Amino acid sequence: MQSIIKDGQIVQDSWQILRADAEGQYPAVAADVDVIVPLAQWLADKAVWQARSGKTAVWLSPADDPQLLAADLAALPLVAVDFPAFTDGRGYSLGRLLRERYSYAGELRALGDVWVDLLHYLWQVGFNAFEIKDGKAIDTALSGYDTFTERYQSTHREPVPLFRRRVTSL
Amino acid sequence: MYRYDEVDHRIVRERVEQFRDQTQRFLAGQLSEDEFRPLRLMNGLYVQRHAPMLRVAIPYGHLASRQLRKLAHIARQYDKSYAHLTTRQNIQFNWPELARVPDILAELAEVEMHAIQTSGNCVRNTTTDAFAGVAQDELLDPRAYCEIIRQWSTLHPEFAFLPRKFKIAVSGSVEDRAATQVHDIGLHVVRNEAGEVGFKVIVGGGLGRTPIVGEVVKSFLPTRHLLTYLDAVLRVYNRFGRRDNKYKARIKILVKAMTVEAFAAKVEDEWLHLKNGPSTLRDVDVAHYAAFFIDPDYEQLSANPPEFSSKLAEEPAFARWVERNTRLHKRAGYRSVVLSLKKTGVPPGDISAEQMDAAADWADRFGYGELRVAHEQNLILPDVRERDLYEVWQLAKSQGFATPNIGLLTDIICCPGGDFCSLANARSIPVAEAIQTRFEDLDYLFDLGDIDCNFSGCMNACGHHHIGNIGILGVDKNGEEWYQITLGGSQGSHTTIGKVIGPSFAQADVPLAFEKIMTVYLEQRATGERFIETVRRIGLDPFKERVYAKHH
Repeated sequence: MQSIIKDGQIVQDSWQILRADAEGQYPAVAADVDVIVPLAQWLADKAVWQARSGKTAVWLSPADDPQLLAADLAALPLVAVDFPAFTDGRGYSLGRLLRERYSYAGELRALGDVWVDLLHYLWQVGFNAFEIKDGKAIDTALSGYDTFTERYQSTHREPVPLFRRRVTSL
Repeated sequence: MYRYDEVDHRIVRERVEQFRDQTQRFLAGQLSEDEFRPLRLMNGLYVQRHAPMLRVAIPYGHLASRQLRKLAHIARQYDKSYAHLTTRQNIQFNWPELARVPDILAELAEVEMHAIQTSGNCVRNTTTDAFAGVAQDELLDPRAYCEIIRQWSTLHPEFAFLPRKFKIAVSGSVEDRAATQVHDIGLHVVRNEAGEVGFKVIVGGGLGRTPIVGEVVKSFLPTRHLLTYLDAVLRVYNRFGRRDNKYKARIKILVKAMTVEAFAAKVEDEWLHLKNGPSTLRDVDVAHYAAFFIDPDYEQLSANPPEFSSKLAEEPAFARWVERNTRLHKRAGYRSVVLSLKKTGVPPGDISAEQMDAAADWADRFGYGELRVAHEQNLILPDVRERDLYEVWQLAKSQGFATPNIGLLTDIICCPGGDFCSLANARSIPVAEAIQTRFEDLDYLFDLGDIDCNFSGCMNACGHHHIGNIGILGVDKNGEEWYQITLGGSQGSHTTIGKVIGPSFAQADVPLAFEKIMTVYLEQRATGERFIETVRRIGLDPFKERVYAKHH
């Protein structure tokens, strides 16, 4: 069990993440654990993953094409996006695409180099769960939601951009 | 000019608090250097040779007198009583103390200023024509759109961590004075056959290591689709731009790799999903922003009033200054005055606190309290009555602002170079000064006429050397400073990348090389032909032969 942030709360979480080892090999996954598998693994063995007793979710790396997952989204309990480095911003576009283009409504989790200063943007583009990086405080990370109380742009959380709300409220 | 409402104030205040917290956590060891660097860069803070450097945003070069006074105050309180105007129409302070930067930001916030996204791999300050709103050849005042873009790009949640920096420029006039063809995105106001106003969208221009003139990805974008289209371009870049090599990470490399046709098709495909979405601009939205940029209460004046024309006739020095340092205004009897920051002996673009205060006073006294920063690193008083020009000239002279060299060889666009910047290969300031000294004779300088001279201390090209009619690039050869000269570059509607004339020069030999180049020009020019036109007509060879000729 680990602590993660989900929907603004610190919660215990038992999902395991399947990652390749240094040789590129994937460790065996017990049939009854809940596991988040890489997109390529999912696409290669979808039926096998679905036949397990444990739940299976999918994680995307920044270069992945979310369209490949579009048909499965409605049935997936969780989708995650990996941020190998916080400066790699591709995952923000993936978040928006999953939410806005492919209408994914389930848990969207940010993995990897994720910490307090990034939470606000991640939340705005559609992530609602965050695995805070080892060595970074999780309790203070909650404050990241509120760094900014307003935004200019159309975002997943507030699709109507500020310029429209400004004029309407005049 | 645009004024903040409660929300704008709140966002900037919250950014200041966020940065204060980040700085404190860095100083307390809770953020590593690698973690803090991108965060501080996104707030304009570099670590330089001597001290941090803080770059403050001047959105599209617009500055109110009270803001300039605040910048003067900051220069005095937190720095060494001067600052430097940049080619992105921003201003930078070279000597602030890291721990006091949050206090500087808080002071800036009081006058609706900030340092948000003046550096880092994000969308930078949007630039435009320094004469926007007052230029005689304007088709559409671009400033409402500049402000709309500024707000859209500020803290955009999806595009905070792009592959590389991203620069947008907008031009609303016939002559492109915003260098839009060498920007990541250049937007040109155009009219279609139906008379509708829109933008021509140019993508993938840029200078730096790989100078490229941008290409048109959309010849007519109705203005209402501006933001959804920008979102589409940025999303394609964010997802597919290279991140493995910072020298290949700009959008220009992506456009070249994909071909402009394939890139445009990819953007179009993305845009189809966003088009007509909530970010579509309604007329009423644009009107809201345009209302901030309506004309001030101009007087009804006639051009060339007698007190102005008589002074012109009496004093050749004044006439010379008017010719070079003022621009025609859309309203009769008014001019825009360019205050030259290119006086010999002062680093190009540097401005003292005293000059800032003086210029702010003149903006109030002779204009409507507004100033502009030109990307050529000069300061502009946009609205001066012609009858006041003589007095403004005398005041400008008293503050070292009146060198009559705008657009001439000594009006050098110049980065801070190796004296300040840790990226530079060579110093730029002493070489620029040596050139200015060599061409100090005003008759000679005037005879040479319009010449854009641009100088960069390294291949990052902050001094835009590629698009100088004559460009200089500082290079490092085994630890020594050398200087490469390019000819034939130009900005504007016919943007061209200059070509290197040959082996680079030692510092002491640069002014002589310049002199030889100018001699060839004077010998070869046809009547009325500008330097760039002669270079285009006769090519580089005559210049090369002279500059590299063996001594007799």
